[in-house]
Amino acid sequence: MKEFKILAVIAALVGITYYGIEPYAHHVMHPEVKAADFAFKDLKNVDTSLAGNVVNGKVLVEANCLACHAIEAAGHPATIPNADAAAAYGVVPPDLSSAGRIYDKNYLANFIFDPVSAMHLSHKYPVGGAKAFPMPAYNWMSPQEIMDVVAYLQSVTPKVAEKDVHKATYDAACGRCHSMSYAKSEATTPKDAIKAYMGATPPDLSQYIKSRKEHYLHGFINDPQLLLAGTSMPRVGLSEKAQEEVIAYMEDIGDSKKAEREDVGLRVMLYTLIFAILAYLWKRKIWSEVH
Amino acid sequence: MKDESRRGFIGKAFGAVAAVGGVASLLAMKKTWDPLPSVMSAGFTTVDVSALEANKLEIAVWRGKPIFILKYTEDMKPTDGRSVKVGDHYYSVMIGLCTHLGCIPAYRNDQKDFKCACHGGEFSLAGVNKFGPPPRPLDLPPFKIDGTTLVLGEEGPEYKAMMAKAGGA
Amino acid sequence: MAEFKQADSMYEWFDQRLGIDKFVKVMMTEYWIPKNINFLWAMGVLLTVMFTLLIVSGIFLLMYYKPDVNMAFDSVNYTIMQEVGYGWLFRHIHAVGASVVFLVIYIHMFTGIYYGSYKKGREMIWISGMLLFVLFSAEGFSGYMLPWGQMSYWAAYVITEIFGGIPLIGGDLVVWIRGNFYVSDATLTRFFMLHVLLIPLAILGAIVFHFYALRFPHVNNEAGEFFDFDKEAEKYLAGDKKNSKVVPFWPVFLSKDFFVLGFFLLFFFYLVFFHYDFAMDPVNFDKADGLKTPAHIYPEWYFLWSYEVLRGFFFEIAGVSGKSLGLIAFALAQAVFFLMPWLDRSPMVKPANQRPYFKYWFWFLMVDLIVLTVYGKLPPTGANAWVGFASSITFLTLFISLPFVTKAEAKKVGGK
Repeated sequence: MKEFKILAVIAALVGITYYGIEPYAHHVMHPEVKAADFAFKDLKNVDTSLAGNVVNGKVLVEANCLACHAIEAAGHPATIPNADAAAAYGVVPPDLSSAGRIYDKNYLANFIFDPVSAMHLSHKYPVGGAKAFPMPAYNWMSPQEIMDVVAYLQSVTPKVAEKDVHKATYDAACGRCHSMSYAKSEATTPKDAIKAYMGATPPDLSQYIKSRKEHYLHGFINDPQLLLAGTSMPRVGLSEKAQEEVIAYMEDIGDSKKAEREDVGLRVMLYTLIFAILAYLWKRKIWSEVH
Repeated sequence: MKDESRRGFIGKAFGAVAAVGGVASLLAMKKTWDPLPSVMSAGFTTVDVSALEANKLEIAVWRGKPIFILKYTEDMKPTDGRSVKVGDHYYSVMIGLCTHLGCIPAYRNDQKDFKCACHGGEFSLAGVNKFGPPPRPLDLPPFKIDGTTLVLGEEGPEYKAMMAKAGGA
Repeated sequence: MAEFKQADSMYEWFDQRLGIDKFVKVMMTEYWIPKNINFLWAMGVLLTVMFTLLIVSGIFLLMYYKPDVNMAFDSVNYTIMQEVGYGWLFRHIHAVGASVVFLVIYIHMFTGIYYGSYKKGREMIWISGMLLFVLFSAEGFSGYMLPWGQMSYWAAYVITEIFGGIPLIGGDLVVWIRGNFYVSDATLTRFFMLHVLLIPLAILGAIVFHFYALRFPHVNNEAGEFFDFDKEAEKYLAGDKKNSKVVPFWPVFLSKDFFVLGFFLLFFFYLVFFHYDFAMDPVNFDKADGLKTPAHIYPEWYFLWSYEVLRGFFFEIAGVSGKSLGLIAFALAQAVFFLMPWLDRSPMVKPANQRPYFKYWFWFLMVDLIVLTVYGKLPPTGANAWVGFASSITFLTLFISLPFVTKAEAKKVGGK
C-alpha cells in the first residue's frame, strides 16, 4: 500500500546517500590495500630449501650474534640495561628467543643476509650513505650457514601457551619501538632514543585496531612502504600466524568489549523484534475501532 | 493625572535601571569568555637557524601554530619582500597554516613548493599562493633576528619592513 | 481559598489539587489528531525518544568523561569504552543516536516541506522546528569535539576559523570563541559547558514551544485538508469513531507511533551494535594532534551539504574572494529554510505530488541535497570542485526561484 511506497522512497534516498558518503567516498579517499604477501616473494638471496644444521647454527650464532643480541630462551639473558643498549645502537636490539617462531623463514634468512633490503629501508640507509644500519649484513655467510642459523633460532624458540601467545608475539614484534598505554606498556627503547633513531616517535598503538582496522593493518605490517611511502617503519617479516596474533592482541587491548557487544547486541535486537511485533498487534487492535 | 505621569516616569526609570543591569551582566559574561591573561602574554620561541639543513622544512611552534622555517640552497631564489636573510643564507619564515581553511601544507622538496592536502592549494617557496582556493600568501609571524637566532613573537625591523611592503596585508 | 471537599479516593485527592483529569484530557485523550496520516507522522515521537536516549546515555557518559585535553581521549576510549560496566553501550548509543537523530530530523523536516505544513497558521511550528535544527546542529558540533580525537580537533579548528572571515572583528572573534589563539583546553571546556548544559536547556525550551505551537493550528494531514476539529471531536466522543476525521493522541495516535518506533529501534540497535563506523569515524580514534593535519577532514554526514556549499565557491567572482563567497552562501543556505513559509507564495496546502510545479521543485531539491552531501565528503579536486560549485549555485537558485515558481503555480491552480 501507499505507506510501503513511501518507505521504499525513503530507503532509496537514504541508501543512495549512504553509498555515496561511505563505501564510495572511502574507496576514493583511501588507496586499495594490496593483499599481504606472506611469502615475501621479492626476497630471493638465500636458498631456503636447504635443510639447516642446528648444531652448526648454534656455533655461528654464539660467535656472531651474541655480541649484540640476547637469547633468554637459550640461557643468554641481556647483559646491559635497555637504556644503555639504545644509547649504543640507537634502538634496543631484539632478544632472539622468539625470532624462530614469529618471523617467516624466507624473510628471516634474507634479513640475516641483508637486513636493510629485507626491511625495505634502503631509502633510509642508502648504500654508501651517511647513516649505517646498526646490524651489519651477513652476506659473506654461505646460504647453508644462514639456514643453519635459522634452524638454530627455530629450535630454541619456546612454546607459548595459547592464552599468552597474542601478547608474547606483540611484545617481541612491536614492543621495542611502540608503546601501548592501554596495556600499560612502554616501548622498551627509551622515548628520546627511539625518536632520534626513527626520526619521529612511533605512535602508541592502543587504539590502532580502531583507527586503522584489521584489513589495513594486515597490509601495512606486511609492507609499510606500500601504504606509507617513505616511512621509517621496517617491514617486520612476520609470518601470517604471527601477524594474526599481533592483530588479535591489538584487538584484546583496543576493543576488549567486542565479544560482549556482539552478544548483548543479538539479545537486544531479539527483544526489540518482540517489542515491535507486540506494538504492531496493539496498534492493529486500537485502530480497528477507528477505521 | 499627576499620579499617572509620576507612575509612568518611575516605571520608565525602573525599566532603564533594570536594562542597565542586564547590559552590565552581559558585558561581564563576555569578559569571562575572554582568553586568560596567561594566554595573552606574548609567547616567544627562539630558533637557531644556522644548524638547519638546506631544503629541509623545519617546523617550530609559536602560540600553538606551526612555523615553517626553510633554509634555501644556492639555487633557490629569494623572493623580494618575503624571504628573510639571516647571516649568509636566505630563509622562508612563515606561519605553516594554509590561508584557505587552516590545514598544514606539506613541503615538496623536489618541486620546492608547498601543497595543501585539504583542498589542493599550492604555495611557492616563499609562501605565495599560486593555485587553488587559498586567498593570500602564508601569513608572516612577527620575528626578530638576533645573530643566527630567530626570535618568534618579537617584531624586529626586518619584519616591520616586510609588513610595510606587503601593505599591512 | 478554593473549597476542597473530602476526597473519596487517592486519585481524587490528587485530581483536586493538580487537575489531573483535565490535564490528561487536554494533553492526551482529547488532544485531536487527524486520522488520514501515514507513518511519517510518527517522526516527532521518534525524535522525542531519540532525544531521551541521548540525554540518558549522556548522563552516564558524564559520570566518567574528563573535559581536559590531556584526559579526554583516554577517559572515553579507555575508561568508558573498556572499563565502565556497559560504558561502551552508552557511548555507542550516544554517538550513533546523535547521527541517527539527524536522519529523523531531515525526514521530519522534508515531510513538513512536502505536505506544506509550514504555512497557513503553522509558521511558528516551522520556525521553532528550524530553530531546533540549528540547536541540534550546535549540540552535535560541540559534542563531536569532546572525545578529542583528530577529527574532533580539526573540525573544531576549521569551523572556528570560519568566523575569521567576518570583516573587521573576525580575527579577534576567533580568539574570543576559542579562548586562545588555537583550539586548546579553553576551547574544549567551554564547548563541554555548551554541550552538557546550555544547549540542552535551550533545546528543551524549544521543544516545549514547538509542541505548544502545534495546538492552535492542529497537526496537518495527508490531504492538507482543513476541517472543523471540534465537530469531528464531538463525533468521536459520541461514539462514531469510524466516521470521525480525528483520533485522540492517546491511545490511538501513540499506538501507531509505538509500532513505527519498534521497527525503527530494530534498525537503530543494529547500527549501535554492529554497524557504527559512519557515526564513529576511525580517524577520531587517533588522539588530537594540532601539528598533524589528517589527509581528509570532513564533518559528520548531516553537515556535508552545508560544508559543500561553504567550499563550493573556490574562486574569486567580481572581486569577492572564494572564501568570502562561500561564507555568505553558507549563511544564506541556513537562513533560506527558515523563510520557507514566505518564499512559498502559494496558499495551497497539499502534498507536493498534487502541486503542479512544486513537486518538481521538491524532488529537484532532494537530488541537489544528495549531490551536495556526497560531494561534501569527496576530496574537492578537479571535476569534483566544479560539481560542488554547480550544486551550490543550484541550491541557492532553487530557493531564490521558489517565490516565482509558487506564484505561477497559484495562478495556474486559480488561487485555491
